[in-house]
Amino acid sequence: MMDFAHWLPIIWAVILIAAISIYVILDGFDLGIGMLFMLERDETRRNVMISTIAPVWDGNETWMVLGGAVLYGVFPGAYATLLPAFYLPIVLMLVALIFRGVAFEFRVMTRGTPRARHWDLGFMIGSAVAAFCQGSVLGGVIQGVKVTDGAFSGGSLDWLTPFTILCGLSVMCGYALLGATWLVWRTTGVLEASCRHWAGRLAIGLFTCIVAVSFWTPLLHAPYLRRWTEWPNILFVAPVPVLVIVFGLLLAASLRKGHSRVPFLCALGWFFLCLSGLGITVWPYAVPPTLTLWDVSSPPSSQFFQLVGTVTLLPIILTYTIYSYRVFRGKVSEADGYH
Amino acid sequence: MQNAHEIAFLLARFQFAFTVGVHIIFPAFSIGLAAYLAVLEGLWLATGRQVFLDLYRYWIKAFSVVFGMGVVSGLVMAYEFGTNWSVFSKKAGPITGVLLSYEVMTAFFMEAGFLGVMLFGMNKVGRGLHFAATCCVSVGTLISMTWILASNSWMQTPRGYRIDPANGQFLPDDWLAIIFNPSFPFRLVHMGLAAFLSVAFAVGATGAWHLLKARRQGRISSEPVRVMFSMAMWMAAIIAPLQIFAGDAHGLNTLKYQPAKLAAMEGDWNSEGRAPELLFGIPNMKTEHTDYAIGVPLLGSLILTHSLDGKVPGMKDFPRDQRPPSPVIFFSFRIMVALGVLMMLVGFWSLWHRRNSTLFTSPAFHRVALCMAPAGFLALLCGWITTEVGRQPWTVYGLLRTSQSVSPVVLSSMVVSMTVFVVVYVVVFGSGLGILVRMLGREPEEGEHDADPSHASDILATRTHPAIVDASAAKGA
Repeated sequence: MMDFAHWLPIIWAVILIAAISIYVILDGFDLGIGMLFMLERDETRRNVMISTIAPVWDGNETWMVLGGAVLYGVFPGAYATLLPAFYLPIVLMLVALIFRGVAFEFRVMTRGTPRARHWDLGFMIGSAVAAFCQGSVLGGVIQGVKVTDGAFSGGSLDWLTPFTILCGLSVMCGYALLGATWLVWRTTGVLEASCRHWAGRLAIGLFTCIVAVSFWTPLLHAPYLRRWTEWPNILFVAPVPVLVIVFGLLLAASLRKGHSRVPFLCALGWFFLCLSGLGITVWPYAVPPTLTLWDVSSPPSSQFFQLVGTVTLLPIILTYTIYSYRVFRGKVSEADGYH
Repeated sequence: MQNAHEIAFLLARFQFAFTVGVHIIFPAFSIGLAAYLAVLEGLWLATGRQVFLDLYRYWIKAFSVVFGMGVVSGLVMAYEFGTNWSVFSKKAGPITGVLLSYEVMTAFFMEAGFLGVMLFGMNKVGRGLHFAATCCVSVGTLISMTWILASNSWMQTPRGYRIDPANGQFLPDDWLAIIFNPSFPFRLVHMGLAAFLSVAFAVGATGAWHLLKARRQGRISSEPVRVMFSMAMWMAAIIAPLQIFAGDAHGLNTLKYQPAKLAAMEGDWNSEGRAPELLFGIPNMKTEHTDYAIGVPLLGSLILTHSLDGKVPGMKDFPRDQRPPSPVIFFSFRIMVALGVLMMLVGFWSLWHRRNSTLFTSPAFHRVALCMAPAGFLALLCGWITTEVGRQPWTVYGLLRTSQSVSPVVLSSMVVSMTVFVVVYVVVFGSGLGILVRMLGREPEEGEHDADPSHASDILATRTHPAIVDASAAKGA
């Protein structure tokens, strides 16, 4: 039983990290498209951009609900500590996601009236603010949370520091890159060409951000620094920065050569590496620098009951999610847009 | 400082009540509308009649708007447990959090996964698969309701748990007992019927509006309008009496498991047999008396215990600090019951018109049906107020107090978030309601998908989504 109680939280941490990664990638590109609306002012092309995500955005956002629910059910201690600690950015993010989510329907339904412009604006700002908040919350978790007796005991603006602002901007830049490379894959003509151009710029921006965050993070807490620099850890973690450079070069080359799918896959590679780096840094803390996974987890009976369902249901969910992506696969062209 | 804490606590409660109150309308709408759409598409496939397809295409636009609003307002709920009620989520998370996760995995993903196919896939996947997608979305809404009501019912009538003496956490002992707790089946049936009834009256009112408009313009109403109105009135006539029956059964269950709530609903202070049923009154929590009471003798005992001398609980049976605030639920309960009876009468009236073949020609009846548009939703809201306020002062009935469930969040943050939520909800959901009303103000047409693109209809395959060409087509071109 002791073993069981030790391993369950580890299994769950892996599942949670996987769910967050899937969320970041899926909602990342559609939040990114919201931000790219700022750069693309042409109505027809905006509609094409929306068309590539309209059938799937709702499913993408469900991964975020899953993340919240799993945290609530399996790591209630983390849920109950982190959410009050990030009260304001989370509320702001939810409000931003409201504007952005309804904009999908409302901008179509109000087309031809001045209000449609407002919903476009809501879509843009909502996407940007949601991305920033997600980044700063992520940064805030890495930076650490003040805890007394297992509950959050800090102030309402503790999360807001130069480091978390940098993280927020990094995530904005990263999502925009995902969005741009997604559009390179899924569109044609002028839109594809301009996305190729933006993707190049955004890649440079994101690379700069990754370097900055990577050098800043180990300086926040001594254990972080040890994790990355001590022997033999360094042997296992060294491939991470090397691969970041490899994917970067591949991304640049594929954008230049006109590949349509490779840039998106490279951007995904970057995200995967960043999330791995983050996991390596904070492991095994759920609420750095005080509460570990085991401190915050549910009783084994809860974790086990939920695990049975998750192991059965996740493969089914992934199957029909892939199916629905396949139904709407292929390039979306401007000529087929609005006449 | 104590004072600031109390205000923060009140704001946390008000914010939760506000956000969940707005949210609940959308899932109820989705549950009813998704089932209606599945029936319409099924009828179309079975009979081949164009009118069912037209209605399907007409209502799916409303569904897409309602569903979108439900998703975003529900997202708020998934995180609000943690932001506002962190102590509750830490203690009850091992039970309620797990149930919520099951809801996400068995329902939300299914709805979201097939919604895209349902909205945009008609020309891509073939009729059979498209119908399957519609059914999946509809079943998803029902599964979602089941889990969330299991969780809510567990908070009302907790079973199958142990309490960890070390940290006060609820430890699950028996998941079947947790899910199938004593009030769960009653709540599930009552809520399901409420969703169907609400949508029946919303659809019926839309039909009534177009019947009245056609009459005013001196033309005969179109077939889709008549079919829509007739179907809605069938639902009202069948579901409303069933709902009153289910509500009565739920009342008996509340008497058995939550007698304090029942006493507060009834405005009864002293436990007595042969109790009257108060039609009106103002329960006064301070003087322990219901002022201006007008009651029907014996009826209270009869309704609540199904016997004339059945003993009905009074609020004085319970310590002062364990009594729910009676005035709120006394009125919300009565409004719900009154609306329920009204809906049943309208349903019966429609049967009478149907027999006389005046269902489509009676303007008086159409005006009443139009006014009844929000009746189902209002009754549903009042029902939730009754049951949720009636659970006070507990979050987990009899075990965890609401005042001990709140997050350690400072007052200023609560004020900011409360203001932001109210402003944003009014703007966003107000606009949504406006869009919905304008959309439904347009009559369903024959060959609905060919409707004028300046209207909302281009959400369907016609304009936006031929934009998405098949990979094969793209390669061929």
